[in-house]
Amino acid sequence: MNSTWIILGATSSMARAFARAVAIEGAGILLAGRDMEELSRLASDCQLRGARIATALHFDARDPETFGPLIARACQEEGELNAAVFAGSMPSQTEIDSDPSLIDGVMADNHTGPARVLHMLAPRMESRGCGAIVGVGSVAGDRGRLNNYVYGAAKAAFATYLSGLRNRLARSGVHVVTVKPGFVDTAMTWGLPGMFLVASPEAVAQDILRAVRKRRNVIYTPFFWRWIMLIIRTIPEPIFKKLKI
Amino acid sequence: MSWKRTEYAGWGRALRATAEIARPERLRALHGTMGDALVPAMGMRRSYGDAALVDGGRVIDMTRLDRMIGFDPATGILEVEAGVRIGEIAAAFAPRGWLPAVMPGTGFATVGGCIAQDVHGKNHHHAGSFCQHVVSLRLATPTGENEVTPEGSPDLFRATAGGLGQTGVIVSARMKLARCPGDVMVVTERRIADWDEFLARLDGSRATYTVGWIDATATGAKLGRGILEEGETGSGLVPRRRRAARVPMDAPRIALSSPVVRAFNAAYFRRVPASGRTVVRPIDDFFFPLDRIHDWNRLYGKSGFHQFQCVVPVGAADALRAMLERIARSGLASPLAVLKRMGAGRAGYLSFPMEGYTLAVDMPNTEAARSLIRELIVQARDAGGRIYFAKDSLARAEDITGMYPELDDWRVVVGRQDPQGRLITDLVRRLQLRGTA
Repeated sequence: MNSTWIILGATSSMARAFARAVAIEGAGILLAGRDMEELSRLASDCQLRGARIATALHFDARDPETFGPLIARACQEEGELNAAVFAGSMPSQTEIDSDPSLIDGVMADNHTGPARVLHMLAPRMESRGCGAIVGVGSVAGDRGRLNNYVYGAAKAAFATYLSGLRNRLARSGVHVVTVKPGFVDTAMTWGLPGMFLVASPEAVAQDILRAVRKRRNVIYTPFFWRWIMLIIRTIPEPIFKKLKI
Repeated sequence: MSWKRTEYAGWGRALRATAEIARPERLRALHGTMGDALVPAMGMRRSYGDAALVDGGRVIDMTRLDRMIGFDPATGILEVEAGVRIGEIAAAFAPRGWLPAVMPGTGFATVGGCIAQDVHGKNHHHAGSFCQHVVSLRLATPTGENEVTPEGSPDLFRATAGGLGQTGVIVSARMKLARCPGDVMVVTERRIADWDEFLARLDGSRATYTVGWIDATATGAKLGRGILEEGETGSGLVPRRRRAARVPMDAPRIALSSPVVRAFNAAYFRRVPASGRTVVRPIDDFFFPLDRIHDWNRLYGKSGFHQFQCVVPVGAADALRAMLERIARSGLASPLAVLKRMGAGRAGYLSFPMEGYTLAVDMPNTEAARSLIRELIVQARDAGGRIYFAKDSLARAEDITGMYPELDDWRVVVGRQDPQGRLITDLVRRLQLRGTA
């Protein structure tokens, strides 16, 4: 059966690795993001690596006008429709502290924008009765921390949204995977101090594909972040509030 | 764009450097990173020595600029960003009947690196060097990006092919792929008893791909024994290789000590039946045998290793035999030793190939190995041969005098492209390739 992936935030390193992985399997790929020039380069790349089709589409999480055409284009593809959300942004906490208006953008990029698109897509996927949605959150959403709690809050909201969406779509055979990556070797983490056990975007992409195939609900990638976050979540609040982690 | 200060090494891990590294994720970021200055670029760091090292300086890691941009099935011309790995091109295109015309011994090498070293493959005697199949490339300089073709700007092309990155940053390239029937190899392996038989077999081989594994620990009557592999591409079905293994940590010295290597080589030689055999293999097993073991360079332990590779003219085969004899008697060689026949094909002023025989031997990084390799370098030069910059980490400027007769032509172009010497790497400095300044 024909399978198509719509990928939001497709120029990120993780999304690129994921797009290539599904390209090799011959899927159709709709690459959505803001940098059209870069998206069309990526589209050629996916096509040459084996994608059935690969098309660049304009998507801006902060501009709802761009959502409709995206959905319309996705619905033109017959067969199994899948969606993967890699969109997001992470300004530093200090930038946000000096300009609190940045919070709106962080929420739009990481939560409200992608959630609106998924919400528009959901009925179409329900009626087809198949397919998968991959939502990329972050371990930062598991607990608010001193260094990035606004970003963490947006990712937590998105994770909660995905959990509800999974509950809804499971009834019609559509599967939702929540992905919580730890440190990934991307431009965001390049050269940052204190990075450890950094995973390659390719390894994360393979983890995600495996999760889709095995219909896992929530995965941490690499897997050991599940245990790291378990520890971080269990630290009692009176102690946690004094920590800098 | 952020710069990450870190220590890093070439594949041999014997030489190290500390530099600030930027790793742009997309083309526009590359231009932002370069700004108005030239910065040397590097790929997967599969050169053994210091070709990618810039101690105390800045380097751009090109590995994330790895998009395939376009392919024309009518001409077989593929355009890719410089960070694309050769193995990925082979994996994507062999099932569709195309292969890079020249492939080095590791699929992890990037296209940019293959150009900067003008690499060769197991088919050099027919197909020539890598850059002879490059139709055009784009070079980034502070004044913008320029298209460089062998016809349009022959001097600049010849200075860039095998030019160690000294003419600008190679951003993308258009290369002609070769037709192949499918993604399997039909490989004929035969035992070779000694040196004379090896040369005769290499000279007489009519196969498209020919490579010799040589037991560099065998002495006396067995000197030069080994296995000759001749391959042709074919179509069919073979089991895919299992997932690559990984060497998890630095191995202790004993792993590649003389008795271990001798025993391994003897067993490896007998792996092929005395009658020889023909087998069908996945394409990457034949071209990139060592890629099955990630980080295999860790087998040499923390102190790393060296590879000596030289080529000598056909008439100097006896000198090469004398060199092999010294290596065999020293007991320093590892199982990795390769003998090949080379054709005359080369694309640049500093390209390695010449018509003759090339020998490559790995040795652990010990004092004895270092002094042996230094002497071998001089022997290669005296035989009218040359060493390969992609492998070398030990030569001194005076050792390579005369090895590259077109060095002066190269210097002229490079001086024009990078007058301030911003692209100089540790290798270029060590060998004073751009002069003593």
